[in-house]
Amino acid sequence: MLDSKIPSGPIETKWTERKFENKLVNPANRRKHTVIVVGTGLAGASAAASLAEQGYKVKVFTYHESPRRAHSIGAQGGINAAKNYQNDGDSVQRLFYDTIKGGDYRSREANVYRLAEVSVNIIDQCVAQGVPFPREYGGTLTNRSFGGTQVSRTFYAKGQTGQQLLLGAYSSLMRQVADKTIELFSRHEMLDLIVSDGRARGIVTRNLTTGEITSHTGDTVVLATGGYGNVFFLSTNAKASNTTAAWRAYKRGAYMANPCFTQIHPTCIPVSGEHQSKLTLMSESLRNDGRIWVPKKQGDNRGPLDISEEERDYFLERMYPAFGNLVPRDVASRAAKRMCDEGRGVGSSKLSVYLDFADSIQRMGEAKVREKYGNLFQMYEKITAENPYKVPMRIFPAVHYVMGGLWVDYNLMSNIPGLFVLGEANFSDHGANRLGASALMQGLADGYFIAPYGVGNYLGSEKLPPIKADNEAVKATTQAVTERLETFKKVKGNQSAGTLHRKLGKIMWDKCGMSRDEKGLKDAINQIKSLKDEFWNTLWVPQNDQCLSSEIEKAGRVADFIELGELMCLDALERKESCGGHFREEMQTPEGETLRDDTNFSHVAAWEFMGDKPKLHKEPLKFEFAHIAQRNYK
Amino acid sequence: MKLHLKIWRQEGPSSQGSFKDYEMEHVSPDMSFLEMLDVLNVDLVGKGETPVEFDHDCREGICGSCALMINGNAHGPETGTATCQLHMRRFKEGDTIVIEPWRAKAFPVIKDLATDRTAFDRIVAAGGFISVNTGNAPEANSILIGHDTAESAMDAAACIGCGACVASCKNSSAMLFVSAKVSHLAQLPQGHPERGKRVRGMVSQMDKEGFGNCSNTGACEAACPKEIKLENIALLNREMLRATFRD
Repeated sequence: MLDSKIPSGPIETKWTERKFENKLVNPANRRKHTVIVVGTGLAGASAAASLAEQGYKVKVFTYHESPRRAHSIGAQGGINAAKNYQNDGDSVQRLFYDTIKGGDYRSREANVYRLAEVSVNIIDQCVAQGVPFPREYGGTLTNRSFGGTQVSRTFYAKGQTGQQLLLGAYSSLMRQVADKTIELFSRHEMLDLIVSDGRARGIVTRNLTTGEITSHTGDTVVLATGGYGNVFFLSTNAKASNTTAAWRAYKRGAYMANPCFTQIHPTCIPVSGEHQSKLTLMSESLRNDGRIWVPKKQGDNRGPLDISEEERDYFLERMYPAFGNLVPRDVASRAAKRMCDEGRGVGSSKLSVYLDFADSIQRMGEAKVREKYGNLFQMYEKITAENPYKVPMRIFPAVHYVMGGLWVDYNLMSNIPGLFVLGEANFSDHGANRLGASALMQGLADGYFIAPYGVGNYLGSEKLPPIKADNEAVKATTQAVTERLETFKKVKGNQSAGTLHRKLGKIMWDKCGMSRDEKGLKDAINQIKSLKDEFWNTLWVPQNDQCLSSEIEKAGRVADFIELGELMCLDALERKESCGGHFREEMQTPEGETLRDDTNFSHVAAWEFMGDKPKLHKEPLKFEFAHIAQRNYK
Repeated sequence: MKLHLKIWRQEGPSSQGSFKDYEMEHVSPDMSFLEMLDVLNVDLVGKGETPVEFDHDCREGICGSCALMINGNAHGPETGTATCQLHMRRFKEGDTIVIEPWRAKAFPVIKDLATDRTAFDRIVAAGGFISVNTGNAPEANSILIGHDTAESAMDAAACIGCGACVASCKNSSAMLFVSAKVSHLAQLPQGHPERGKRVRGMVSQMDKEGFGNCSNTGACEAACPKEIKLENIALLNREMLRATFRD
């Protein structure tokens, strides 16, 4: 039975209550506890720094060369916080409500309320660290608005918000490294989780420069290893982003929750050819000033400037007058897909829609547009060789984020005691769709303000026996990792892991992407099963693995992605309703909007690894505070 | 288009490296430079040869991982562009492209085109931060910062730590990198209490790592994918001077 450990009492006091109930560890005893943190993105770096500041001995692992290269660095648009600096009606309640509604009532109410509550502290913390948020002329902080909300609560640093927030967390982390409270292992990839006596007690890593396999043990393991959007091969994730840490934890008994909840971001640069290695996002903030349109006529091959105002369909403004171009991501993505399906897509592939700044340039002048979005426009031009100040951008939806992830309770601990999961790697806060500028908020909320309490409470309330290198679980797990690497080398086929990954991505995008149906999902499961055979019969990796070898790294990640892909399809098949980013063709309103089934599917689907047939556990979602309704952005 | 590649291959940190020639057919002008290398690597795997190692990750010009010396230019021929955002339309049919790793004593080669730039992390650990523990922060708007100051600090903070400044400098100096961080934090009131300690710590670590000194030729600024300005180095020197006399 899944116990979400939500504190009792009114929603406004739950977090305060929990902080008081928590057991504490005396400052002098904290240095006796070793905390293992995997991942150095916003969640990992902020958790590691905060725990080390409290006095715990922290070991930090990243497969990157430097903690600063984690993919949080790529987040562009901003971070939400209920500061209400703009006096436009924002509050903790409103941020909570927007997030619950944006997630289509599939997130855990108590977690989301707490997220909204601590959001204001995040901004304070980041400013104190020197994050250079832009200022009004009077010196106060400025905001912009984002999709799915009607207030301006998003803080930003040009189009590089993730970079600036991560550099803040990274600088705090490096300060602790200098103080020797953190031991940093860069270019080390976690390849398995050590579970001893039912508790997470360590990890097994591969040193990516020497190939050395080592076990690391401690009292608790914190996974902040990001999302698995790269299961689609093409996504806006960084190339190395992967599911391995989470998937290995799943195979050691941690439940994987709502794996099919994927966010498809509406504003990405369209695919240009077969060689495409990743997709580039154009920040959602562009939807503040850009207008999205397609020609009214099907198969209109004229250039955008030759199509007159009357012949254009500003479809989001037409379909959703109240929110217009700022509807949530899932709604905007599906609308764009529908336009392309109707034959009104633009560009040579006909798989894109226009994002037009002509009106804004006329209204506020090119200089102002340049100040607000200069680096994004420049990036667009570099990739497409088109000047967005002169012709509209072309955009198409792309995989961007996953709401699904390892199941955690209110304290951010998974069902394996001692295993904490933070940031995108967990499932808890965004339901079936995440609102823009909420990922950074969640990563930092988890790392700075939530996990340190959960970890402290766990260490304060458990008596953990010391764990030695000759422990059975440590030896067996290390052995398993070494053997698995050998099996990759033994295949001796002729395909790179990347080529097989591309094949998996195509299956996932076609059958488990923006819309899904029963037949497609069943086909996908069969296709993935044969792809798995293909992988184990045709893979080629270099025989020498005692050195930097990206092919060996990729082989392990792709093998895990293939297994995850199958579970995602199964989860999508089981969830016979449409909600947020999960759109089942069979369940939609007459207008083509998502149709939830609250009677049968108001739950978290948490999957337990059981060999070939994973077992489904359900955590019912109770809404005591938020009024549950059909989402309406009209 | 067809291209000739001359790529630096080196098995490990202590082995001797050399250039190897590769012929590329059918390179599309819409490919990014790294996608062109991906295609090469898929071909090499097909032939059972070891692919070329190079650092890369976000492919959006922000993580600072990619680091290739292309025909003698750090990140290639386009200004203000990281390798990952360079597209093949910048090259023409029949071009020969020489691809090397960053070359600097403080950035040892790990394999082929991948180098170890952890020296930058150690410089940051030596003072590139504001000492504030989680939970200690005052209300954000209680620290007022002028619009232009915030913009200027942001411009310096935009550094991605790729090391192109070092690679393009004849002295392998890391002054542009160090100055960007010092300048970002020195311009903000939050950074003032530690400014002397910060600049001394970072500069001394920079020297320890084996980076050379600055001779103001500006090659770093020209190579920087984020167009970090040389003025930051002037500010770094002022900060150093200030620290010598004041704290």
